[in-house]
Amino acid sequence: MSDTHAQFAFVRSKMLPEAPPPASERGAAKWVRQNFFSSTINTVMTIFVFVVVIQIALTVVPWLANGVWSGSSLSDCREALAGETGACFAVLSERWNQLLFGFQYPSELYWRPLAAFLLLFVAIAPVLFQKYVPSKMLIFTALYPFIAFFLIWGGSLLTPVLALAGFVVGYFVYTKLVAQSFALGFFGGLFAALAFWILSGYLPVEGILAIEPVESREIGGFMLNLILGTVCVSLSIPFGIALALGRQSSMPIIKWICVVFIEFIRGVPLITLLFVANVVLAYFLPPGTNFDLILRVIIMITMFASAYIAEVIRGGLAALPRGQYEAANSLGLDYAQSMRLIILPQALKISIPGIVNVAVGLFKDTTLVSVISMFDLVGMIRGPISSSQEWNGVYWELFLAAGLLFFVTCYGISQYSQWLERELRTDHR
Amino acid sequence: MTTLSDPPRESFRLSMLLNDTRYRSYTLQFIALVLLLLLFGYLASNLVTNLADQGQNISYKFLGEPAGYDINQRPIPYDSQSTHMRAAIVGVLNTLIVSVLGCITATILGVLAGVARLSPNWLLRKLMSVYVEIFRNIPVFIWILIIFAIMAAAMPAPRAFRGEDPEASPLFGIIALTNRGVYIPKPILENGSGIVFAVFLLSIVGVFFYRRYARNLLFNTGKLLPTFWPTLGILFLPALLVYFALGMPIGWEIPELKGFNFQGGVQIRGSLIALWLALGIYTGAFVAENVRAGIQAVSAGQTEAAAALGLRPRRIMNLVILPQALRVIIPPLISQYLNLTKNSSLAIAVGYMDITGTLGGITLNQTGRAIEAILLLMLFYLAISLGISAIMNAYNNAMKLKER
Amino acid sequence: MRKTVFLGTVAVAGMAAGMAAATTLEDVKARGSLNCGVNTGLVGFASPNANGEWEGFDVGVCRAVAAAVLGDPTAIQFVPTTGKTRFTALASGEIDVLARNTTWTFSRDTDLKFEFVGINYYDGQGFMVPKELGVTSAKELGGATICIQTGTTTELNLADYFRKNNMDYEPVPIETDNEAQQQYLAGACDAYTTDASGLAAVRATFENPSDHVILPEIVSKEPLGPLVRHGDSEWGDIVRWTLNALVAAEELNISSANVKELAEAGTDNPEMNRLLGTEGNLGEMIGLESDWAVNAIAAAGNYGELFEKNIGENTPIGLARGLNAQWTEGGLIYSPPFR
Repeated sequence: MSDTHAQFAFVRSKMLPEAPPPASERGAAKWVRQNFFSSTINTVMTIFVFVVVIQIALTVVPWLANGVWSGSSLSDCREALAGETGACFAVLSERWNQLLFGFQYPSELYWRPLAAFLLLFVAIAPVLFQKYVPSKMLIFTALYPFIAFFLIWGGSLLTPVLALAGFVVGYFVYTKLVAQSFALGFFGGLFAALAFWILSGYLPVEGILAIEPVESREIGGFMLNLILGTVCVSLSIPFGIALALGRQSSMPIIKWICVVFIEFIRGVPLITLLFVANVVLAYFLPPGTNFDLILRVIIMITMFASAYIAEVIRGGLAALPRGQYEAANSLGLDYAQSMRLIILPQALKISIPGIVNVAVGLFKDTTLVSVISMFDLVGMIRGPISSSQEWNGVYWELFLAAGLLFFVTCYGISQYSQWLERELRTDHR
Repeated sequence: MTTLSDPPRESFRLSMLLNDTRYRSYTLQFIALVLLLLLFGYLASNLVTNLADQGQNISYKFLGEPAGYDINQRPIPYDSQSTHMRAAIVGVLNTLIVSVLGCITATILGVLAGVARLSPNWLLRKLMSVYVEIFRNIPVFIWILIIFAIMAAAMPAPRAFRGEDPEASPLFGIIALTNRGVYIPKPILENGSGIVFAVFLLSIVGVFFYRRYARNLLFNTGKLLPTFWPTLGILFLPALLVYFALGMPIGWEIPELKGFNFQGGVQIRGSLIALWLALGIYTGAFVAENVRAGIQAVSAGQTEAAAALGLRPRRIMNLVILPQALRVIIPPLISQYLNLTKNSSLAIAVGYMDITGTLGGITLNQTGRAIEAILLLMLFYLAISLGISAIMNAYNNAMKLKER
Repeated sequence: MRKTVFLGTVAVAGMAAGMAAATTLEDVKARGSLNCGVNTGLVGFASPNANGEWEGFDVGVCRAVAAAVLGDPTAIQFVPTTGKTRFTALASGEIDVLARNTTWTFSRDTDLKFEFVGINYYDGQGFMVPKELGVTSAKELGGATICIQTGTTTELNLADYFRKNNMDYEPVPIETDNEAQQQYLAGACDAYTTDASGLAAVRATFENPSDHVILPEIVSKEPLGPLVRHGDSEWGDIVRWTLNALVAAEELNISSANVKELAEAGTDNPEMNRLLGTEGNLGEMIGLESDWAVNAIAAAGNYGELFEKNIGENTPIGLARGLNAQWTEGGLIYSPPFR
């Protein structure tokens, strides 16, 4: 066998170097073939899609490229374009601040909501990125609502400080009483805090350490959407948890109250609830009472969001293995303890993506407040800007801007949610 | 509870209401109930005081009074002398019309886009994800406004069809696409048209029997009958034969430009189309995500196993993937339908006269009966969503995995 | 939980502040500002300008009332209202006076329990059509598609008019003016209908205003005026006579330019003196300072000035006085005597 080499001249003695795959099976060519022309249907589809995209681009690109960015009215734009198609982005450069802050927020105070907005990221980071941000930062998160309130609404520094002090008092009472039972501690703390607030309501705080106050009515534009979105979502989480637990409760009356509330709220469109806030709510309050439209709207949107978040959390509770409940019981924990220490931390963790989805949906729905004469981003566009003498007739540019603002925000949040889902995934697929 | 080891029954003390777990739940429920009643009592008494102060009352008499306004899309006969009640019913029907159309469109678009997102074609895949992301991340309210504006700007006005050399002409000479809506021919039923319809209904029954026969044959003998072409034949051939045999009893009324507008035919109004498309496309993006998630939820092993059994790709989809994916897709799909129905209340933005536009809009404005109108409005939406939820629960129960 | 309760306290505080009932006048004085309901945006009548200040004809009336009651035309909160929310806002006490180009009708006055204090603009519903349509009369609009701005009496008038003339039409109800115009300009409607004043204002903003004609028919009477709640006649009197003071001032040639001067120097005309508070005690009778009318006129100008500044012929809206001229010049604007 060993001398076969000598017998046959054509036997190769040396391995050939690996040949590259044929040109059509590698690099860009392969990618193009596989992705665009792998079958007849695929080829047809590619050409069709390509034509559609080109068609859209041919209409939109010149319009964008010809855009006029300076000018003080639509007729200025028309003059500058001299009959050509083109966008009138001048409305954006002139009214940009109004789109963001509404038309009444004092322009010299724009830095305050801006600062509140930037601080929001600092405050929310320890909640969103638990693994990467030191948990000490949570202290700032707890303080943030008061800081933001102070920055946006202004007024006396004592108002938020007293409100915060109420929580401190409540927490103090809670720690004293919680040793006896959780319920006693919880309600004791609640009453102590309420008592503190009612008493402190009599303090003359006006003007002490004050910065210029801004009324709720003066808040508008995209800022209003953001405020409504963040406030209502963060308020609705505790209510949602309470409703979800109530719905799972073994006490029939509590359970039915929660079920009826959740199903009612989920069954009607948000717009009817906003009509209620705007038109009907006043009839159900004591005569002569009247508080801010923005507050009424916050109450209604919070109710709305709570019902949806309750359903998400119920899903999280249901997804926990029964063993967790049984284990908590067998350790001798009572209901409050087992919920607080075992069930909720796990259930909340698996419901986070769902909660984020609800938050995105809710944030988008805040545009509906424009229907009840509030000047949010869409309200500003449909109201003051379009009805002004200078910009009457501008349409696409404004909605393009509005769409972009919403897209950036919502896309950002949903990308976060997808990232989180990947983080939380424990199976190895 | 009475066992031998039971301790002597303790006499009831008041503190047991709070501390004894046997009684605590009753105490809590009692407190909750009292608080709830107090809250309702408080709200009701405020309502009564406020109404008395303003000299108003709660009364539904306005529903019986003439509405005084006209509605353009009237599924049932209605004029400005009809009652507010009738206007509300017209609104209800209009809501249902746009919701059903929207749901169908959303399903078709969603399934197409969902499958296309998994397609091997890069361009298509990317285009579909652009569609899904853009529509999911911009509020539906903005979309409705934009699509309404696009409709008005992109389609020709009826006056463009006028003159010797019109700028626009009807599609195939019979369908006029204008920015007031789409005008399509309307069938005119003459004598004998009933027979054609009867034959068509019988054909549908026939198709059903043929398919059952084919399936039984397959299961019993293994013989595979073609289904597609015979189905098509059974469905249309007899009806067409009868149609021509009876001398074409169904005529068509072609829309024609007369005066200001197209006359004749059926008009599908611009406001309906704008709302329908906006809701359909918006919800379609969500459905697409559901469909994609549903298909991806079926593990790849299922496809491979089916392929190993020798099934062809289409049969793998029909017999293996879809039945399993549907179980995942349908529940979120139904809740999307629910959302779409609720979002249809944004019709006021485009002037589509749905229930929010009639009862919650003009009627409310004209009569000032805010409480009554909004209450009725909420009850209507509640009834719809409870109905859809009931269907969903029934479906979920029927589809539940039967575990042993 | 944290922010919930906190906002709750804010709410309680807000409620406590609003709780001080009594009369509207006392409320307004205690609050230090007037809550005035206006349109969400109608050029010439009420709309915020580029700096975010409200201006317009209705806004001027509000400012005059604020000046008369509080002496300060800027002590005022403008509450934008829609057609749907305006009446509830007034009924529930959210606003003290509604000046939102609202038509005075029988049922609003009686059934909805409001009090119209007067008429500051005589309007009527008209039609606008593109010139190329060749329509010269509203009677030729049979079968047309008509864009309407909803939320007003417009739908009812339109229905009545077409019913009366036995024509059919296709209504396209649109919520905001801007979107209605867009439909009209794109040819989705043959005609656009709203109050004649609104038509002029809308046409003024078009690219080619001369391509559109406003038809001669006025199909309804639309007396627009400010209104207050039933049951507080003192407050109603204040708003009514503030409006009358503006009207009387024009008749008496008192303007914002010369009102201070005339009030200080005094005049020979007893009615002028009574109006300006230098003679008699009209201010006391109505529960205000004696210089209430002076403040009102100084703040907004007299009726004629308000008209010229906001909607008159020199503004882009360019409305002629017409019915809204003083009675001495053949119009309907007429103030009862100050006596």
